[in-house]
Amino acid sequence: MDEEYDVIVLGTGLTECILSGLLSVEGKKVLHMDRNDYYGGDSASLNLTQLYRKFRPDQSPPTELGRDRDYAVDLIPKFIIATGELTKILVHTDVTRYLEFKQIAGSFVYRDGKISKVPSTEMEAVKSPLMGLFEKRRAKKFFEFLQGWKDEDPTTHQGINLDRDSMKTVYEKFGLEPGTQDFIGHAMALYLDDDYITKPARPTYDRIILYTASMARYGKSPYIYPLYGLGELPQSFARLSAIYGGTYMLDKQIDEIVTDADGNFVGVTSGGETVKAKQVIGDPSYFGAGKSIDGGKMRVVEDGKVVRAICLLKHPIPGTEDSDSLQIIIPQNQVNRRNDIYIAMVSSTHNVCAKDVYVAIVSTIVETDKPELEIAPGLNLLGPIHEKFVSIEPLYTPTTSGKSDNIFITRSYDATSHFETVVEDVQDVWKRVVGKDLVLKKRDLEVQE
Amino acid sequence: MSKQYQFKLVLLGESAVGKSSLVLRFVKDQFDDYRESTIGAAFLTQTVTLDDQTTVKFEIWDTAGQERYKSLAPMYYRNANCAVVVYDITQTASLEKARTWIRELQRQADPSIVIALCGNKSDLSARRQVTEEEAKKYAEEEGLMWAETSAKSGEGVTEIFTAIAKKLPLTAPPSTRAGGARPATGARTGVDLNKQSTNAQGQNEACNC
Repeated sequence: MDEEYDVIVLGTGLTECILSGLLSVEGKKVLHMDRNDYYGGDSASLNLTQLYRKFRPDQSPPTELGRDRDYAVDLIPKFIIATGELTKILVHTDVTRYLEFKQIAGSFVYRDGKISKVPSTEMEAVKSPLMGLFEKRRAKKFFEFLQGWKDEDPTTHQGINLDRDSMKTVYEKFGLEPGTQDFIGHAMALYLDDDYITKPARPTYDRIILYTASMARYGKSPYIYPLYGLGELPQSFARLSAIYGGTYMLDKQIDEIVTDADGNFVGVTSGGETVKAKQVIGDPSYFGAGKSIDGGKMRVVEDGKVVRAICLLKHPIPGTEDSDSLQIIIPQNQVNRRNDIYIAMVSSTHNVCAKDVYVAIVSTIVETDKPELEIAPGLNLLGPIHEKFVSIEPLYTPTTSGKSDNIFITRSYDATSHFETVVEDVQDVWKRVVGKDLVLKKRDLEVQE
Repeated sequence: MSKQYQFKLVLLGESAVGKSSLVLRFVKDQFDDYRESTIGAAFLTQTVTLDDQTTVKFEIWDTAGQERYKSLAPMYYRNANCAVVVYDITQTASLEKARTWIRELQRQADPSIVIALCGNKSDLSARRQVTEEEAKKYAEEEGLMWAETSAKSGEGVTEIFTAIAKKLPLTAPPSTRAGGARPATGARTGVDLNKQSTNAQGQNEACNC
């Protein structure tokens, strides 16, 4: 270990693995370490043994759940938006050759005590109970306005300035009811709260277009999902890095981040040995997250908490046409909260559990001192819950950019239902580490015949 | 009509036993004494013709160095139909390591995986530390295929891959990824991210054309 590296990466979560893959392709000499003996960090998918070891260390998995190896239970519930930024990275880096994707069968939204499918075709829209007849006409006009919008053609703007007018103004122009606004803002634009309404409409426009384009891409829902669980994503980027010369070490305890007298990064000590590098990138858990500060520098701060309940079910979720996979969004207004509640469900169709088992994760941003009660409206939709593993995880953000000390820290995985914010973090860290914007180049290297 | 079957083959073995060299000989019929570890190839492919009706295409995955610090991902073993576990006949320790890898395969891989134990560097038999008898006996006990090869001279290389191709089950339904053979062209189920068109239903049909 007496070599010197360009970058040491700590933690094999998705953010870190995408970064080390891209940095290796760029020609950087990367050393990537993880304290766990498995890939994925907080974004891993665990088999039953690992799941019980994490949540119930004093218990072994019941045999009736089936074979250990059939399970890949995600710790963070997120789906991939079909035409989103993560898809672009997957395609440009060619890691798609290691992965297989399936659609998520449906996207649902909770309204007035029951759940309805987010329409994916015009036929479904006509039949949908989400809106009354007149409201449907208004909504149709609204969507036609969005689809027809061209920045360079003022005749498509209908007097609206997306960069100046608020979303509230746009909603009012088309006379949309509050329930419809909830549906559009939360189930389509995928906002977690209502702060967007008073802000300029442009980002909301972008999000709705992303959602509808993704919906149109494969049909049933705007989401896709990798077979064998989300944990396949970091593994595939780790392989990309390794193929371009990256060195991988799992099961390595990190004893110390070594800095010089001025606080600049020098190296990382593991097992009594110090490896030097120019820069270090890592997830918050390697930089004092959750620990009390004893003289050292505070590098990460807590920025809220997320409660997640991983539930194993022996049946599909009631009222979802027996969907093998889905998302249910419970908009905050529907349950008098500030933040939405999400349910993400996958099953053996995606090779993440034994046959006839369904894995549903209910999550939300914590608002009170009784987080488990907050997700009750979500849990109540699931029917009988066979097993439940609840975690309350703080979200950490770095306190500095890393530009002055060469220590670059990624963010915790947030409560959003997709990976768009993960990619934003990748782009942000990349810019700080490399000093320029991340531009995705298509590699010309292919499978060699 | 002739049929082509595609199988995933994974390489395992201690560093510097000649895993990459073995594949380079098989795929490109080349050898390089001072070859650095593999850089830049996701995987290599090579086709073996069994008879005029049947060809077997290997999708060969190299470890990319991730075996060095026990950091091979589960993805590596996933859906592997066959494995070549390589040791160096001039290094006793490398056979020990091969045994560890075989145990790992038996634990992690599909139970139907075809495993070949391969004693490489047979051109250096003057410095031999592992006898043919010892390795063969172990292979028989574990139900593995076994051969000695020289990536340098080419001796035994094509033969072992052909032997593996013959041993793979060509009867399994083409659509099952795990354990079975699958047709080579565009038969992946699920969605193809690289495809620009939006034909949702067509994705699920296996196409042999």
